[in-house]
Amino acid sequence: MSDTPLHFKTVAELSSLLANGSLTSVALTEAVITRTLAVEDRVQAFNSHDRESALNQAKASDARRAAGRSLGPLDGIPIGLKDVIAVRDQPLTASSKILANFVSPYDATVTTRLRDAGMVFWGRLNMDEFAMGSSTENSATRITANPHDLTRIPGGSSGGSAAALAAGQLPATLGSDTGGSIRQPAALCGVVGLKPTYGRISRYGLIAYASSLDQIGPFGRTVEDVAMLLQAIAGADDRDSTSFDAPVPDYRAALSAPRERPWRIGIPKEYFGAGLDPEVATAVQNAIAHYRSLGAEIREISLPHTEYALAAYYIIATAEASSNLARFDGVRYGHRSREAETLLDIYFKSRAEGFGSEVKLRIILGTYVLSSGYYDAYYGRAQKVRTLIRQDFTRAFGEVDVILTPTAPTPAFKRGEKSADPLAMYLADIYTIGVNLAGLPAISMPCGFTTAGLPIGLQLIGRPFAEADLLAAAHAYDHANDWSKHTPNL
Amino acid sequence: MNYEAVIGLEVHVQIKTRSKMFTRVAAGYGRPENTLTDPVVLALPGALPVMNRAAVDAIIKAGLMLGCAVAPVCKWDRKNYFYPDSPKNYQISQYDQPICVGGAVEIELPGSARNIMGEHKSIPLTRIHLEEDVGKLNHGDGGSLIDYNRAGTPLMEIVSDPALRSAEEAYAYLQSLRTSIIYAGISDCDMEKGQLRCDANVSIRPVGNKRLGTKVELKNLNSIAFVRDGIAHEIARQLAVMKASGVIVQETRDYDGLTGTSQSLRSKEMAHDYRYFPDPDLMPVKVDEAWKTRLAAELPERPFDKQRRFMAAGAEGGYALPYTLASVLVPDRELSDWFEAAAKLAGPSLAQAVGNWIVNDLQRELAAAGIALSEAKITPAALADLVKLIAAGTLLQNTAKEVFAVMFASGEAPTAIVTQLGLAATPTDTAELEIWCRESIAANGKAVAEFKSGKESALNGLKGPVMKAAKGKANPKAVDETLRRLLAAS
Repeated sequence: MSDTPLHFKTVAELSSLLANGSLTSVALTEAVITRTLAVEDRVQAFNSHDRESALNQAKASDARRAAGRSLGPLDGIPIGLKDVIAVRDQPLTASSKILANFVSPYDATVTTRLRDAGMVFWGRLNMDEFAMGSSTENSATRITANPHDLTRIPGGSSGGSAAALAAGQLPATLGSDTGGSIRQPAALCGVVGLKPTYGRISRYGLIAYASSLDQIGPFGRTVEDVAMLLQAIAGADDRDSTSFDAPVPDYRAALSAPRERPWRIGIPKEYFGAGLDPEVATAVQNAIAHYRSLGAEIREISLPHTEYALAAYYIIATAEASSNLARFDGVRYGHRSREAETLLDIYFKSRAEGFGSEVKLRIILGTYVLSSGYYDAYYGRAQKVRTLIRQDFTRAFGEVDVILTPTAPTPAFKRGEKSADPLAMYLADIYTIGVNLAGLPAISMPCGFTTAGLPIGLQLIGRPFAEADLLAAAHAYDHANDWSKHTPNL
Repeated sequence: MNYEAVIGLEVHVQIKTRSKMFTRVAAGYGRPENTLTDPVVLALPGALPVMNRAAVDAIIKAGLMLGCAVAPVCKWDRKNYFYPDSPKNYQISQYDQPICVGGAVEIELPGSARNIMGEHKSIPLTRIHLEEDVGKLNHGDGGSLIDYNRAGTPLMEIVSDPALRSAEEAYAYLQSLRTSIIYAGISDCDMEKGQLRCDANVSIRPVGNKRLGTKVELKNLNSIAFVRDGIAHEIARQLAVMKASGVIVQETRDYDGLTGTSQSLRSKEMAHDYRYFPDPDLMPVKVDEAWKTRLAAELPERPFDKQRRFMAAGAEGGYALPYTLASVLVPDRELSDWFEAAAKLAGPSLAQAVGNWIVNDLQRELAAAGIALSEAKITPAALADLVKLIAAGTLLQNTAKEVFAVMFASGEAPTAIVTQLGLAATPTDTAELEIWCRESIAANGKAVAEFKSGKESALNGLKGPVMKAAKGKANPKAVDETLRRLLAAS
């Protein structure tokens, strides 16, 4: 632990150092800023950052601690937010030209909760524009690199959040996950990422992509870090009526709570078919073997409607997106075309200039599936498929405690490799999308590296609102392995 | 060929709530532009709607008041269209599951004379649903400005069946609907403030035809009189088109009440595809029996039920009022409550006298003082006392007017005023009164003869001189009795 440079330490480690007085928030924040600037020209994870603001927050944290008024284990630790979560007085761009100059006048609920926990906000992290993509190449601002191989993509859409963490630019980040946007980049960058149960975390202040699927979640170096971050942001919010008033247990304590019986782990056969990279398959099988060695009971299960998930997802997500993104019209804020002379010009030209091509593609698709005469054939049927997929999982959880799958079918691919083929890109989320349709919690954690040195991710899926169980199951593997110590050589 | 008109009305009513439909910012009228806004109203990136239960309470009350079936679930849909007054570019509304279905509005048509009650009819309703109001565009020379103060105000849309047959029926429908809504405290229905707005669908067809003709939608009917005039104008226009063997085009027309003309706004070809779909940001809310029961207990008596009761003789709570009084008292809930309070204290035999005082004198004084009933100093108990003093013969009708004026101005009790001003009718000095009566009989031979031959009213000719001799302070009842006694004996 002592050998690790400050910028690669875990939140848990930093928390102890801050608590015992051997580290100040200012020193930590300075180190994080220094590291960020040192590698940022290669990683390109940040859309913006504000050094003065971060250091002021750090000073305030140190002052609190000195006065004996620490706000808890996260007080003074820097965190970076995906550029889709509102932070008062900071830019909020969704990596889109249409919001290039937008500064949020208000805090998202998660932002308020992190403030209340004393965390120091550092940077706005790059992403696929409006969270639409799996490689962060759809960003209008910059192309983020995978810190483990700068020629490869970090995954997406929360690519900046995963890459900044992996590169040591931040000890903790938040992302959002609509079809795998936390878990897939976590897998590709060799870090831990959690998508909580739909409703576990308030979406207030998260720019909506697909409202019924979006969920904010934390990235960390370890499952323990993710548990600590979840603790700070979980719980009902009266500004989001889709947030759910379920009790929030002590997630960190739950990690090592004694279990009455061994884990029953389900392996869905549909997730191990064609298209799965052999090195990924091997790493996941090794992880399964590890769980077996820990005494877990491994069962093959079936999620028979898996093959329809991708199609249902792209109908539901694009339909909601076509409506959610209507507010970006150049009227009240954001980009307005200089060429616009009439009202229709403002709409057409501002949106034509402001949105990137993937966003336009999804708006058009979503508009089409909701049009009069097509609704039942597309949106209506997709909702029925969604119900079937949810039932698949409910049935499976009748016999297992968690479901184990690969997070992504392949490790990080080359920049530009799939840009021309949207369908190939969509397949990057093939193992993660079903979870969003079913509203379940799922975590991705590292489970090895390819011979080329690329991280491989393992996904565990849990019961609704059973994050404590899910994290405990993940922790059992994570803390026994040292994959998070394999930091990239930048 | 004889034609009949078929008219359906769509009435929008702003619900009087403290906060807006989907956020906690205040709802209101006449405030500086864009001060009643927040991230939700302005549709800032990441803002989410949260349902205002008070608005749902109000619409359920409206539904119960009008005899609608209240749906077991309150569900929300998005109506998608681009216009600058709609900040999200979709309106949250209710599409396929309106909260209230069916029901009816009882209307009263004009009678053959002002004092004769016209025919009552029941106009069936299609539905009532809840939605949010839009902002206001102010068009000027330099461009258009938008005020979002109104945006997000709770709005209910009341849709009638195409069951109205004339402009007069539409007028009566609106009057009745407005009265019911004001009665239930749902809205003030001030059309000048846009709290009640009406669109009319008008078509004509040959009498006896079941099929509906091509409908024209009339917009901007911004007073109840304009609704009547606009519909009458449209019916005449359509009849003229038919007479000239023309074709009625399905379109939306704008009626200008000031010039009494209409012009086409848009034709059917430009109709929107609103791409309705369930709003994923809002969970459906269950409307259980307990909720409905609680609201039903808060409902006032329906206005026409009250009218029937006020006019009923001998019945429970009946006052045997003539139509001329009931038709003035009942449409104003406060006034009719005030009447009932006074009438109960005065007793049933004096209810009509109480009604007369209110309709004639109280209303006139209120108008002259330019104040509302709630601001008046006079109390129902005081009026009841006044009426009783008159009935007992203590106060004469003419002097009572004087007393009433003082009561209205000062709020003092009538007995106190009578004593102060020395206005009481002279306690009957039998001897003096008898002398005056004898003198009158002696001096008016013609009236005596007429009375004796059966003309009751001739007695008045004898009373006048007595009153004159008594300087107006004689008790009329005693004068009447004395004259009759003397005449019978002579």
